[in-house]
Amino acid sequence: MKMKKIKVNIAATGLNNTDNPGPGVPVIRALRESEIFDPRIIGLAYESLEPAIYMHNVVDKAYQIPYPSEGADVLMKRISQINQKDPIDVLIPNFDSELYAFMKSEKVLKDLGIKTFLPTLQQLEDRHKANLNKFGKKYDIQVPESISILNHNDIEKIRDDFEYPVMVKGKFYDAYLAYNPEQVRMYFNKISAKWGLPIIIQEFIRGTEVNVVALGDGEGNTIGAVPMRKQYITDKGKAWAGITLDDKKMFELTYKIIGSMKWRGGMELELIRSQKNELFLIEINPRIPAWVYLAVGAGQNLPEALVKLALGMETIPFKKYEVGKMFIRYSYDLITDLKEFEKLSTHGEL
Amino acid sequence: MKLKLKKNIAISESGFIFDPTTGDSFSLNEVGLEILELLREDKTIEQITVHFTDQYEIDTASFEKYFYDFIGMLKHFQLINEDEEN
Repeated sequence: MKMKKIKVNIAATGLNNTDNPGPGVPVIRALRESEIFDPRIIGLAYESLEPAIYMHNVVDKAYQIPYPSEGADVLMKRISQINQKDPIDVLIPNFDSELYAFMKSEKVLKDLGIKTFLPTLQQLEDRHKANLNKFGKKYDIQVPESISILNHNDIEKIRDDFEYPVMVKGKFYDAYLAYNPEQVRMYFNKISAKWGLPIIIQEFIRGTEVNVVALGDGEGNTIGAVPMRKQYITDKGKAWAGITLDDKKMFELTYKIIGSMKWRGGMELELIRSQKNELFLIEINPRIPAWVYLAVGAGQNLPEALVKLALGMETIPFKKYEVGKMFIRYSYDLITDLKEFEKLSTHGEL
Repeated sequence: MKLKLKKNIAISESGFIFDPTTGDSFSLNEVGLEILELLREDKTIEQITVHFTDQYEIDTASFEKYFYDFIGMLKHFQLINEDEEN
């Protein structure tokens, strides 16, 4: 006899799906396939053209919310308004750039009866791209040399500490390979206009990019972890196809990071395996990545486990997954009516 | 002399190879597949050479030339670990 599924209202952001897709849709797909939960999905969108708003088999109800840059209190006011109309049990933020606002508001959310399962502010700060060197030293993990720069004058000094080419990175997103100071200047302007300062200059490590999606319970335990190699990479550096791996070193590194940081919530480790077979940690993204559905397909429904943790349910760590499972992403033209767009644009909900 | 194939690689009957550590995959022809199967059975280079010169119309010198080329490729793709070579 099948167990009755638990009804739960889950709100999720990250409903965009460009060639730099948000993790919202794959997270929701995972939750819809849950064997424990019967979710009602409340989509939270920043822009009126985020496709999942109009995907009625993915999102049950969509609301527009203000950007966190307008202030955490403005965002919380809107969440509270939505919560009165459509009570939210668990909220899953899926963007790096909004995490700070949601983490800062954890108590406000708790008072509203909304549960989250997010890293702590300290954890978010520790793994920040600009602090990667310090992070490497603190946790004894191999990382590429990096520095933060704030203006054009610092660009000339790069030569003192780095050999070209170098990676030029934004504090939240975007990364470009620059072969000379002119290119650094160009990417500095491009990235800072979009994401602000500082800009991070990082040693370029030649090798293969590999990633791990993982979930920590906040007490040092790894609830699940699936390593992947990107097989097809877009010009934005995003995986358009990937395959699950079996690599002991990648697991050891994941357990070490989650164990020593006591990481709480979903994460993505971006690693480079050098030609000498050494693993360098390039970045820790403090949320579930857009390719998480590969982990679900390989046997670890990490979004479901995250909701269990958020609800305080007992969550047993996954012990296995299928190696050699692949994902191939595709785009899809969704047809909708102007009326739907109008409704969202004028009423802020659909 | 013995060459050690990386333990966890998956070899299908069709000659498709998957290395789960790197995510690389390769396609082998029948001869390549036969060599890999013999390596997996822990056969020495001498045993593999005798196997091929017995089964096919090829002399030892010609076989070894192609064989070491192929082994070089396996090493390049890290399907044989240098340190596992005896």
